[in-house]
Amino acid sequence: MSEMETLKSPMERYLEQSILFTTVEKMVNWSRRSSIWPVSFGLACCAIEMMASGASRFDIARFGSELFRASPRQADLMIVAGTLTQKMAPVFKKIYDQMPEPKWVIAMGACTISGGIFNNYSVVQGVDRIVPVDVYVPGCPPTPEGLIYGLMKLQKKIEMEPLRKLWEKPGHEIRP
Amino acid sequence: MGAMEKRATDKLKERFGDAAVLELKEFRDEVTLVVRSELIVEISRFLRDDPELQYNFLSDLCGVDWPGRPERFEVVYNLYSLRHKSRLRLKVRLPESDPTVASVSEVWPTANWHEREAYDLYGIRFAGHPDLRRILNPDDFGNFPYRKDFPIR
Repeated sequence: MSEMETLKSPMERYLEQSILFTTVEKMVNWSRRSSIWPVSFGLACCAIEMMASGASRFDIARFGSELFRASPRQADLMIVAGTLTQKMAPVFKKIYDQMPEPKWVIAMGACTISGGIFNNYSVVQGVDRIVPVDVYVPGCPPTPEGLIYGLMKLQKKIEMEPLRKLWEKPGHEIRP
Repeated sequence: MGAMEKRATDKLKERFGDAAVLELKEFRDEVTLVVRSELIVEISRFLRDDPELQYNFLSDLCGVDWPGRPERFEVVYNLYSLRHKSRLRLKVRLPESDPTVASVSEVWPTANWHEREAYDLYGIRFAGHPDLRRILNPDDFGNFPYRKDFPIR
């Protein structure tokens, strides 16, 4: 130990070891992306792969997303897993609207991206006609690895989100 | 034709007259009777209740669209006698101008949802149905998608 070091008080040495300088933006985004809670919302066979992603073999908990919520009010991610029919669309929109901001959407599988093979009267031709989609995961169905990769992409996206986006949103302006 | 189906056909003709059965078709031991649509409830109840027949299970009911035929729509009733292990198929034909037939949901309660489905997809009306709403499509769908002239997209 040098002479200078020994002159430092224990408190000073403690502070040097445990203080980290960063920005609020990075801090907020880090915490947001590290525990994304998805809402339990499975519509068709993609949901089986989504469940597999949550179970022990693939274990989406490694990315902080294992807590599938039964209530949209406690969730901040909606994994749209499966065919969205016209009849289900109002329910789907209501659940999305019930989720508090900030919220994100992963469109999982061909049906949610474009209607898939169901180009007909009863299926919504892509959920992005109803809600904004952040990440598209193609496949029929996508593998759990695919979904996890999509989640990692979403985490990257959240990390880069500028905080000012929050009050630039319509209805969220800061008034003097 | 097996003995059971033969008995059912004969009994039907005896009870309702030869004119009640418009057509009799056989294919691979499956018997299909095209019957007069006005008599469908009476015929159904008779087939269900007659102790020698006991067609007590309606395994399926569905609609069919035959564009170009004078009577455009068909309703198909697939019956099964759990007691005698015998199947029988009934059909009624309905004109496009008024595709209405009496409901058999009083005879076989399972017909309730099947008839709602046929109404939803073909627009066939079932008179006397307790709750003839759409079952698959949204309530405001406003069309009958299984009709052959319904556009695919």
